[in-house]
Amino acid sequence: MSFLPYAVAGWLFVVGLYGVVSSSNLIRTIISLTVVQSGTYVLLLSVGYVHGGKAAIFADIPAVSRAVDPVVQVLVLTDIVIEATVTGLLLALAVQAHKRFGSLDPHELRALQD
Amino acid sequence: MSRPVRLSLFGLAGAGLAAVLVIAFRGLPDFGGYQGVYGQALDGFGVTLRHATDLITALNFDFRAFDTLGEEYILFASVLGIALILREMRGERAEPHQGDAEEHQFADASHALRALALGLTPGLIALAVYIVVHAQLTPGGGFQGGIILGAGPLPVFLAGRYLRMKRIAPHVLVEVADALGAAGYALLGISGLVLTGVFLKDALPLGIPGHLLSGGQMDVVSVLIGLEVSGAFLVAWSEFLDQAMVVKGGAE
Repeated sequence: MSFLPYAVAGWLFVVGLYGVVSSSNLIRTIISLTVVQSGTYVLLLSVGYVHGGKAAIFADIPAVSRAVDPVVQVLVLTDIVIEATVTGLLLALAVQAHKRFGSLDPHELRALQD
Repeated sequence: MSRPVRLSLFGLAGAGLAAVLVIAFRGLPDFGGYQGVYGQALDGFGVTLRHATDLITALNFDFRAFDTLGEEYILFASVLGIALILREMRGERAEPHQGDAEEHQFADASHALRALALGLTPGLIALAVYIVVHAQLTPGGGFQGGIILGAGPLPVFLAGRYLRMKRIAPHVLVEVADALGAAGYALLGISGLVLTGVFLKDALPLGIPGHLLSGGQMDVVSVLIGLEVSGAFLVAWSEFLDQAMVVKGGAE
């Protein structure tokens, strides 16, 4: 049972990649990429979990409490920020691709066919 | 490459990747049994060292402050990129819809929806300020609060008043917030260099853990990041909304 969180992370990663490969719409491709990244969140948070551990915020729990690893949580926060920036840039590119080619289907982007 | 070929290639590569992932995951610590020394040390001494009760913030804005500087500039650069990609192209004219200048496809928004938007905006902004200034005490911080602050003007757009939203959050203001947050963090680092001889070293008193003014310069960093994030996202969102609402006539 302790393998389940890792299985979820791997599943999200691979199924997101499948979305990227099989997509016929650029917006769907971009959303699939965010699914791939979600896999990394689940993986990082699973790695840092400690049985019975509380969140690493000692505002209202005793200072000696058993807490989960804060380092991976910070990495997830960084990860989320990067995902937002990458998604924004890709969506902007999709807008321009649609303007130029009148379609969001990767197969109809002429620049990619040559 | 045709679709069936692509999919069968992925079937092969994906199965291989999945197999490799399974092998790699078997080498990971058991779920719940992680024994990372760095994390344990921080859980043990973080509060005593930095006088901040939220260790995530302490890590982000203090222990890893230099990484966060880079992270902030990634956000800054990507929003610059969005503004550059979505600039007015040749053959495009920026012209707001004439006549019903205030309205767009949500123009039928009911009065109830508009009243709700009116109530949501100040609430969101107050929540954002709370999240930003309590960064070192409770969950939250500059990134989270900044997003909420950026979302503050959006209900006005949702209520069918895009141009009015631009009056609440004019381009100049959000761009200045974006730039101020980005530049402020770098200047804070340099001020540490001047005052203590170490880049980004904390020169402020640490205060009492659990008090609003504690954790040294974490609060300052949090406010700067909040400004930067809210500015950056508002610039990005209005670039996208401008595409739909204002810029007319593509280059096709």
